[in-house]
Amino acid sequence: MKVKMLSRNPDNYVRETKLDLQRVPRNYDPTLHPFEVPREYVRALNATKLERVFAKPFLASLDGHRDGVNCLAKHPKNLATVLSGACDGEVRIWNLTQRNCIRTIQAHEGFVRGICTRFCGTSFFTVGDDKTVKQWKMDGPGYGEEEEPLHTILGKTVYTGIDHHWKEAVFATCGQQVDIWDEQRTNPICSMTWGFDSISSVKFNPVETFLLGSCASDRNIVLYDMRQATPLKKVILDMRTNTICWNPMEAFIFTAANEDYNLYTFDMRALDTPVMVHMDHVSAVLDVDYSPTGKEFVSASFDKSIRIFPVDKSRSREVYHTKRMQHVICVKWTSDSKYIMCGSDEMNIRLWKANASEKLGVLTSREKAAKDYNQKLKEKFQHYPHIKRIARHRHLPKSIYSQIQEQRIMKEARRRKEVNRIKHSKPGSVPIVSEKKKHIVAVVK
Amino acid sequence: MNVNQVAESLLALSQQEELVDLPKNCPLSENEDDGDSDGERKHQKLLEAISSLDGKNRGRLAERSEASLKVSEFNVSSEGSGEKLVLADLLELVKTSSLATVKKQLNRVKSRKVVELPLNKEKIEQIHREVAFSKTSRVLSKWDSIVLKNQQAEQLAFPLGRERPAIAPIEHALSGWKARTPLEQEIFNLLHKNKRPVTDPLLTPMEKASLRAMSLEEAKMHRAELQRARALQSYYEAKARREKKIKSKKYHKVVKKGKARKASKELEQLQKVNPTVALEELEKFENARMMERMSLKHQNSGKWAKSKAIMAKYDLEARQAMQKQLAKNKELTQKLQVASEIEEEKGCTEEVEELLVPHVVNEVQMNVDGPNPWMLRNCTSDTREAATQEDPEQLPEPATHEVSESEGEERPVAEEEILLRDFEERRSLRKRSELNQDAEPAGIQETKDSSSQEVLSELRALSQKLKENHQSRKQKASSEGTVPQVQREEPAPEEEAPLLLQRPERVQTLEELEGLGKEDCFQNKEIPRPVLEGQQSERTPNNRPDAPKEKKEKEQLIDLQNLLTTQSPSVRSLAVPTTIEELEDEEERDQRQMIKEAFAGDDVIRNFLKEKREAVEASKPKDVDLTLPGWGEWGGVGLKPSTKKRRQFLKAPEGPPRKDKNLPNVIISEKRNIHTAAHRVQVLPYPFTHHRQFERTIQTPVGSTWNTQRAFQKLTTPKVVTKPGHIIKPIKAEDVGYQSSSRSDLSCHTVESKTNHHTSQ
Repeated sequence: MKVKMLSRNPDNYVRETKLDLQRVPRNYDPTLHPFEVPREYVRALNATKLERVFAKPFLASLDGHRDGVNCLAKHPKNLATVLSGACDGEVRIWNLTQRNCIRTIQAHEGFVRGICTRFCGTSFFTVGDDKTVKQWKMDGPGYGEEEEPLHTILGKTVYTGIDHHWKEAVFATCGQQVDIWDEQRTNPICSMTWGFDSISSVKFNPVETFLLGSCASDRNIVLYDMRQATPLKKVILDMRTNTICWNPMEAFIFTAANEDYNLYTFDMRALDTPVMVHMDHVSAVLDVDYSPTGKEFVSASFDKSIRIFPVDKSRSREVYHTKRMQHVICVKWTSDSKYIMCGSDEMNIRLWKANASEKLGVLTSREKAAKDYNQKLKEKFQHYPHIKRIARHRHLPKSIYSQIQEQRIMKEARRRKEVNRIKHSKPGSVPIVSEKKKHIVAVVK
Repeated sequence: MNVNQVAESLLALSQQEELVDLPKNCPLSENEDDGDSDGERKHQKLLEAISSLDGKNRGRLAERSEASLKVSEFNVSSEGSGEKLVLADLLELVKTSSLATVKKQLNRVKSRKVVELPLNKEKIEQIHREVAFSKTSRVLSKWDSIVLKNQQAEQLAFPLGRERPAIAPIEHALSGWKARTPLEQEIFNLLHKNKRPVTDPLLTPMEKASLRAMSLEEAKMHRAELQRARALQSYYEAKARREKKIKSKKYHKVVKKGKARKASKELEQLQKVNPTVALEELEKFENARMMERMSLKHQNSGKWAKSKAIMAKYDLEARQAMQKQLAKNKELTQKLQVASEIEEEKGCTEEVEELLVPHVVNEVQMNVDGPNPWMLRNCTSDTREAATQEDPEQLPEPATHEVSESEGEERPVAEEEILLRDFEERRSLRKRSELNQDAEPAGIQETKDSSSQEVLSELRALSQKLKENHQSRKQKASSEGTVPQVQREEPAPEEEAPLLLQRPERVQTLEELEGLGKEDCFQNKEIPRPVLEGQQSERTPNNRPDAPKEKKEKEQLIDLQNLLTTQSPSVRSLAVPTTIEELEDEEERDQRQMIKEAFAGDDVIRNFLKEKREAVEASKPKDVDLTLPGWGEWGGVGLKPSTKKRRQFLKAPEGPPRKDKNLPNVIISEKRNIHTAAHRVQVLPYPFTHHRQFERTIQTPVGSTWNTQRAFQKLTTPKVVTKPGHIIKPIKAEDVGYQSSSRSDLSCHTVESKTNHHTSQ
């Protein structure tokens, strides 16, 4: 007699060894999995909420400086090493993994105005208020040796900034003019001036390495070509630019941190209109640094906060602040693009995560898949009002919050006035100027 | 011309001199105070002052008295003479005197180009800057494509991958190189003596072999493969060992059985594929059988069997076990049947197949080969019917008929099947057409076109005939069961003719239809009729071939009706212009008429009101009956909850008044749910251009619940991937295949290259 019964082939569900993965049969028939959109929407909502729950960006505070931190520099070959110069002329080298100071140098008298590392990572340069440029070894002095600079160059004027070439033994300083130095010489091999105002910072282009950009206190940004030993072009903005930073992935893009609370991203070939105006700060922007991926940058502001902007967005995606952090003077994005460091007035260097809710450490493949999926869902449903609201929500200190409100009112009033003026004047007589063009005074050839 | 120019320049010069003169005069007069002619001068001055008082005497007359010590070079011309130098005088001089040489010189000077004034420094710098800027921006624009590519990339993995530099073989490096110096030549000679390859194959075979050897990646792959094979082998061994250790007899029995089954299956397959090998296999089976026969296994001679034999008298199970064993023995010692079959196989496989495969299946296959694959389903049902029909037919026929049916004979059978199917179809069609005809008269009477009526009457007559045919057909069909097969096969060849004929017939009828429209002008409507009748008369003798034709005509009929109903307005409009071309007013009226006719049925206002009422009804909250029969009182069949209770539980929450309550001409939809609106996107987000695009992206799920693993991974790839602990360096021209712009490509006089000199420090 044949007995009919349900039977399954054990091969389909039994593992050969216990080390094998369990086989899970899946049926992708869409009728078995209804309500795709609502389910994914809820998942996205949960992911967004969890992102906010886990957003704990602050990692560490490095204290040890006895005055405000004025400048920061990354080690080009070592992720864990960071250099910082303070307002009392002290330079410290930090180890980020151990979160301690590994070396202290009394480099200058007065401010350390600028610090930069050599591309090979063996030495670094500092400039100070005492009109000197000093070169230091990265490694500490041996036993019984004095802490002394390798080279010291005595200048005639105060140097306010320094940057090293990305490939060659050349560095540039700025003060009254932009000087380009050979490391072996005590005189600049080339001095470039345009106007007579003090230049606050100079930066080499990391991609096309012969290009330089500088910003002066007469509100302009000047671009130079080192090979042709001439300035190229100058753009004059509404207010002074504090510093600029080149995009490491896009050779012709740089971002300027301005006193008028905004940052301007320029294409250096078309300076008359910035590519993007980034606004969110409520006080002067003091420093800016690009992520090594070139997709985002971080800005430090006088309003005691740092913000992260996507390159192609005009609003910031993130704001970091703590109660104790005062005016942030310098900021750097580490070269693995995972962390952000900022040095502030109250003598501390702070270490932040670049993605506030990112889990540190090794991820299992399933964790990684879940993270990617959540990220994708957040991206997919980002326009939904609930999700948008949760994703955008940030706690702000009262001072910043009230400032934002105030400035919003001011801006609205200005806008209204402009609209009224246009309304009550002959059509065409009052030009409508776009926000991008509004802040550009002139481009000088 | 040149002369004129010279004159002009001279004129300008003289004017200048005049201008210079005037201020010079005053200091001169003052300086000469100390001279002895002091008094005279003063006197003169006084005179002059007096004379100038009346304002007339502008041109004073200076007179030259004697050579003074200080003669001004400017004083020569005007001061002394009192008359101004007139240009004409000078010109005259030029004309008269022979100043050819001077002229020549002047011309030469004129012809030589004047060196322009040097630009001021700022201007020069600006030009330099502009040139430098244009150069630099040209250099930079090579990055455009890369920047764009990176921006649009699905995924960017940092640090950016670098290609390893390809190692060029030595031959390529040395191909352009020749021995020049005597030393080199000597060396080459030596090499030639030793027969070492010099130019073309610079490598020895050994070196070549080493070059040709596996690359690292290949070696790795190879190694991984080997490792995998080894691992698999070890797994297999472990498995075998494990299985060997199992003591359960039942398990082994099951395994053995499974193996045997598998073997037999394989054998079957082998028979089909490779009979010789199958024979060998069979021999093995034979051997096994012989072994079994020789051995005492499964005979009732073992210890166990003996004990069972004793127990068999009392124990049913033991008896069964013994029987089983014996059956097993029989089974094992039985000679295999398959072998004999195989021998026969070569002889007549077809027959065997025919025996095995039921007749019906064959027929179906034949039909599949036939012209209409779409009728497959019908075919099966038909065949079933056919089988029932054919059974009585085939019974009287000898049984050999089936067997002897060769391939050639099978076709007529299939054709019969087709015929049968056709009949069935026709029958069903006829039924349908009858229904249509019943419905016809009502529709036809509405159309007042006389011509169409006539045609329709014709058609009606036709259809009546068809009905009669059909009835007779039915009778025939009923009688067909008894009619021998041979008779039924008759129509088959004739069948094809009408099938082919169908097309021209249709054309004819179409023409007729066209003729219908023009019937007002052409009165020869009788022409088509005789044709039709003629056709019918032709076909009436044999009814069966006529059947498809009739079907055709029925179809025609239906078409015609459709045409009449749909085209009736257009026919009218065609008729209208012919009568109304003269009067435009009438046209307007007619248009109004047309509109009226067009909207004759609908009353817009009433419709709207109705719509609104419906909308209001739909939006009203529905009553919810929450009465629980039997709750708190008696319940059961035929018992109703008390009215009091019903009133208590009926819920009719009164919604807020409608917004369009007082607006009779408006329907305001209140379907929008505030609670869901909070979860909806109000404005189309930026990159999307149409809301449907956006909806589509939202509706495609991303999760692994709806997608395969691979698709899920692909859908959720992050845009930027970074490796923790890896330094991401700025993009380099070399990475993306460009030459890095070095200093050499632009002139540079400032920087000396001393790279990497400092690294040791």
